[in-house]
Amino acid sequence: MTENPFSLAGKTILVTGASSGIGKRTAIESARLGADVIISARNLERLEETRLAIAEFGKEAVVIPAELTSAEDVESLVSSVPDLDGVVLCSGKGLTLPVQFASRDKFDEMFSINFFSPVELLRLLYKKKKIKKEGSVVVIASLGGTSVYSGGNSIYGASKAALNSFMKFCAKEFAARKIRVNTICPAMVETPLIHRGTVSDEQLQEDMKRYPLKRYGQPEDIAYGAVYLLSDASCWVTGHSLVIDGGLSLQ
Amino acid sequence: MKTLEEFVALFAEQFDDTDPSEIKADTVFHDLEEYTSLTALSIIAMIDEEFDVTVKGDDMKSSVTVEDLYNKVIAKL
Repeated sequence: MTENPFSLAGKTILVTGASSGIGKRTAIESARLGADVIISARNLERLEETRLAIAEFGKEAVVIPAELTSAEDVESLVSSVPDLDGVVLCSGKGLTLPVQFASRDKFDEMFSINFFSPVELLRLLYKKKKIKKEGSVVVIASLGGTSVYSGGNSIYGASKAALNSFMKFCAKEFAARKIRVNTICPAMVETPLIHRGTVSDEQLQEDMKRYPLKRYGQPEDIAYGAVYLLSDASCWVTGHSLVIDGGLSLQ
Repeated sequence: MKTLEEFVALFAEQFDDTDPSEIKADTVFHDLEEYTSLTALSIIAMIDEEFDVTVKGDDMKSSVTVEDLYNKVIAKL
């Protein structure tokens, strides 16, 4: 074999949530490993930062701003992307709220952003045959809701557990086109999502000590997993939840 | 607007084993045996629900008494 099976050269990949955190890093690393990248998120200004970082690797990213909770934006995103070899769904939001305050409106808002938006986008991409045969779909889920149940994370965890479940159905159905579908389940990763202030930085420092590898993840720790799932190296992997968690779930 | 007394009562509601009479405006709440990170989250959520004010983990940390926290909430209204 002469070609590097982990390379993304020649692949066209759409990354949502590409303006920050895991999505941003995944877009950059995918480009670094040779992919042509299409980046989407709500915030055009921050997407521009991602675009500039990608340009450093001599790649020109296509920028498509979209609010994924808007049906109109999702449709226009789907119609404007070229045929894709890979899709990485990273858009999402965090919320920490004890169960007794987890009212229906809070559920609706979180499920709209974390579950229904990526699900609808994926549905349309598949229906409109925008994902090429033997393509790869990677959904960023979470360890929360499937193996970790930290206090106050019920809505977030349930939305991510729903994604993990939905992914498996897609993996089975999309196999008709040899399209692979997997999730990545990270533990806490250093992104704006965890530094939104509900929990103080001191508490986060304390929390890190529970991890066998004694630190939270960095966005690139997750991005490299996404790159693997996008590459031909993982061509027999589908319906899998890749845990990347510094060993947290071992306890 | 809710009074300090009302706030103290709502604050006390977030505890299960601490008698409400133990919680007063000048209670140093971090010293309460039952006070945990989950209690803190409940208090933050209660403030969001009752006052429509977002209190951060750092606000909880820097408040010594229940009244300190009430004053922070009022300042954000």
